[in-house]
Amino acid sequence: MLSPQTFKTVREAGVVPNAAYLLEVDNVRKAFPGVVALDDVNLRVRRGSVHALMGENGAGKSTLMKIIAGVYQPDTGTIRLKGNEIKILTPLDALEAGIAMIHQELNLMPYMTVAENIWIRREPLRFGFVDHGEMNRRTAELFERLAIDIDPSSEVRDHSVANRQMIEIAKAVSYESDVLIMDEPTSALTNKEVDHLFRIIGDLKAQGKGIVYITHKMNELFTIADEVSIFRDGRYIATHASKDITRDQVISAMVGREITQMFPKEEAQIGEVVLSVKNLSLAGVFRDVSFELRKGEILGLAGLVGSGRTNVAETIFGVTPATGGEIRLDGQRITIGSPRDGMKAGMALLTEDRKDTGCFLSLSVLENMQMAVLTDRYVAAGFVQQGKIDVECGKMKDAMRVKTPDLHERIENLSGGNQQKVLIGRWLMTNPKILILDEPTRGIDVGAKAEIHRLISRLAGQGVAVIMISSELPEVLGMSDRIVVMHEGRVTGILDRAEADQVSIMQLAAA
Amino acid sequence: MEPLTNTIAAAERKSGRNRRLPTEFGILAVLIGIALLFEALGWTLRGQSFLGNEQRLLVMILQVSVVGLIAIGVTQVIITGGIDLSSGSVLAVSAMVAASLAQEPGYARAVFPSLSGLPFIVPALCGMAIGAIAGLINGSLIAITAIPPFIATLGMMVTARSVAQVYTRGQPISMLAENYTWIGSGAVPVVIFLVTAVIFHIALRYTRYGKFTYAIGANPQAARVSGINVNRHIMLVYTIAGVLSGLAGLVTSARAQSGQASMGLGYELDAIAAAVIGGVSLSGGAGRITGTVIGTLILGVMTSGFTFIGVDAYFQGIVKGIIIVAAVVADQYRQRRRRKA
Repeated sequence: MLSPQTFKTVREAGVVPNAAYLLEVDNVRKAFPGVVALDDVNLRVRRGSVHALMGENGAGKSTLMKIIAGVYQPDTGTIRLKGNEIKILTPLDALEAGIAMIHQELNLMPYMTVAENIWIRREPLRFGFVDHGEMNRRTAELFERLAIDIDPSSEVRDHSVANRQMIEIAKAVSYESDVLIMDEPTSALTNKEVDHLFRIIGDLKAQGKGIVYITHKMNELFTIADEVSIFRDGRYIATHASKDITRDQVISAMVGREITQMFPKEEAQIGEVVLSVKNLSLAGVFRDVSFELRKGEILGLAGLVGSGRTNVAETIFGVTPATGGEIRLDGQRITIGSPRDGMKAGMALLTEDRKDTGCFLSLSVLENMQMAVLTDRYVAAGFVQQGKIDVECGKMKDAMRVKTPDLHERIENLSGGNQQKVLIGRWLMTNPKILILDEPTRGIDVGAKAEIHRLISRLAGQGVAVIMISSELPEVLGMSDRIVVMHEGRVTGILDRAEADQVSIMQLAAA
Repeated sequence: MEPLTNTIAAAERKSGRNRRLPTEFGILAVLIGIALLFEALGWTLRGQSFLGNEQRLLVMILQVSVVGLIAIGVTQVIITGGIDLSSGSVLAVSAMVAASLAQEPGYARAVFPSLSGLPFIVPALCGMAIGAIAGLINGSLIAITAIPPFIATLGMMVTARSVAQVYTRGQPISMLAENYTWIGSGAVPVVIFLVTAVIFHIALRYTRYGKFTYAIGANPQAARVSGINVNRHIMLVYTIAGVLSGLAGLVTSARAQSGQASMGLGYELDAIAAAVIGGVSLSGGAGRITGTVIGTLILGVMTSGFTFIGVDAYFQGIVKGIIIVAAVVADQYRQRRRRKA
């Protein structure tokens, strides 16, 4: 067995034999106290290929990647790079051996420049001092190669999440690694940026690199992956060439059961106009947004990241009060200056970022679920009616099928899908008439996704008016009665369910 | 995607460990351990019991009651994700103002000769009102101007100390009336400390005020989106902390039977230390009054114990400092172990 340092020397000397596979993981097992996270798992990645990993949340994909990237140590099993068995003890070992990982959580330092972030620990020096000129030049060179248009000397905090993702990718590429691990790299990217990323991946493939690609998105699998390995409950299920397998086969292998329909849209009685927005504006962000929302209707809000769709939702709810235009509720003009006003008007907003603006991570499931309704009900003389609210939360937990040992579990110990269900539960407890959902299924597994879709449909059937924002076009198309499309802060079109398809939406979104 | 945390939850389910002991048990064990250590040292070095002396135990708690009162307020501030550095100085201003209104009737050199002999309620309310005003200013600065709590309360700490000095040009205020000094006599401060602790323990655990305090500390944006008036709540929490500093000022001046501008110097740090030892997380969203009370008692036992076994007061800070850091290290370790298993 070679140490990563020795391997690095060997690699640099260029004498590494050409093994059939770039990366071979055999019989890896990893147990955490009381539970086996990975059981006898294998993975083989060929040169110049994209190998997708699929599985529901909790299937063990991320654990496996963290083992390969040196974040965790396996209990048993071997990892071979180009035929040599190596032992990876730390993330640094992995990098030295030629494995770079782009983490799902962005790991950039906001107050440092783009170039400083990319070359951290490898800064070009001049007389012992960091040579910023050289560093920026190298970064510009790297960006040119990857066709990324970002100023190397700008600070990371000034960039959008999408740009940061591209910076992360550039950073990983800059290590000139043989194996690149990407953990849901497109979850924050718009379609245009996804295409860009895929071009970069294509180039890397052509250079003979191996890319391990974790994703929840089926269409990506068929667009860029050469092979796919499927995991379920910590076990390796199968590997297929992506051209030999269908979408339904992948899904059923992932969940171990057949999912017949992804978007179970139920017919709902569409009633009178509940909310109407006219010439709504937020200075510098969006302007002249007008649409109507009816009882029982699901209104999709589509657009690229940065088109202002999230801002529109936040403005209607009161997070960022409007600077112009009007909002009418049941025909009455109302002023909404804070989320509290939005709630009083019968609205609820599931925010885009679960971690940033949704969960109270250090608090329990119960506390997370009850926080919004407490502003209004279940309080007598300042005291929380704990018994009453516990019962209600218990019912909501069962109705939402939240998987947790008990309501006192901290929410941070739940999977993304279950966290999302708790947050939706938080809003349903307030009995909203208008439910605004911003990316309700981002980053959650297929099973939970289908459950959330079914729930949204059912709520609409009960007369709740729903606004749903989503970056996934199939989701918008599958769920919505009408679709408002935005581009650069303006509404470019409103499409009926019948006339909307991916092409018509993209034409308006990119107009 | 958090497969790991899933697996941990599953592990805990299997081993039946999900009913965790409250974190306070660990700190309580430390408190008992330290007390028993001094008990053993007492028998070895001095041939007498440390704990078997009611008088000593009373003095021990008496000495930390004032810091404890402040710590109860600071705990709530820290739970919202903030910090309050001004409590020691606010204590001094409250002590000065209250003392100046509580001097013996007919005392010729009183600050306000015409205002001597007032009923107890007047200096008491004025002292606490001063605290409330200082706290409200802290809270408003933090909520409205969005400056960091550290800066806002640092400003208040410096300013309030100066106000306390300006008030009588540095002269102490003495000859306090008996209808005022009762609040600092005997075991009264201990009772005030413990009653206040119970009130805020209940407030944090069972009222909406408490739920919102934790919510704001855990995630202020999520709290705002959930319809909580975050700014108003922050002002309220800092005001409560101010009132408790004011109450501490009353007790301090009554116990000393005088008002001095240097009162409460450094108490804010002792109070923060008590909270931190008690497991209150400086990142907000976690912590309990029971922990803070135990943390306060640990400080008391150490001070009293060192004096008892005859360790020079100059050395005490060294051990205290180590304990504070050790408490946080232990807490971090415990959290990491729970997360990563």
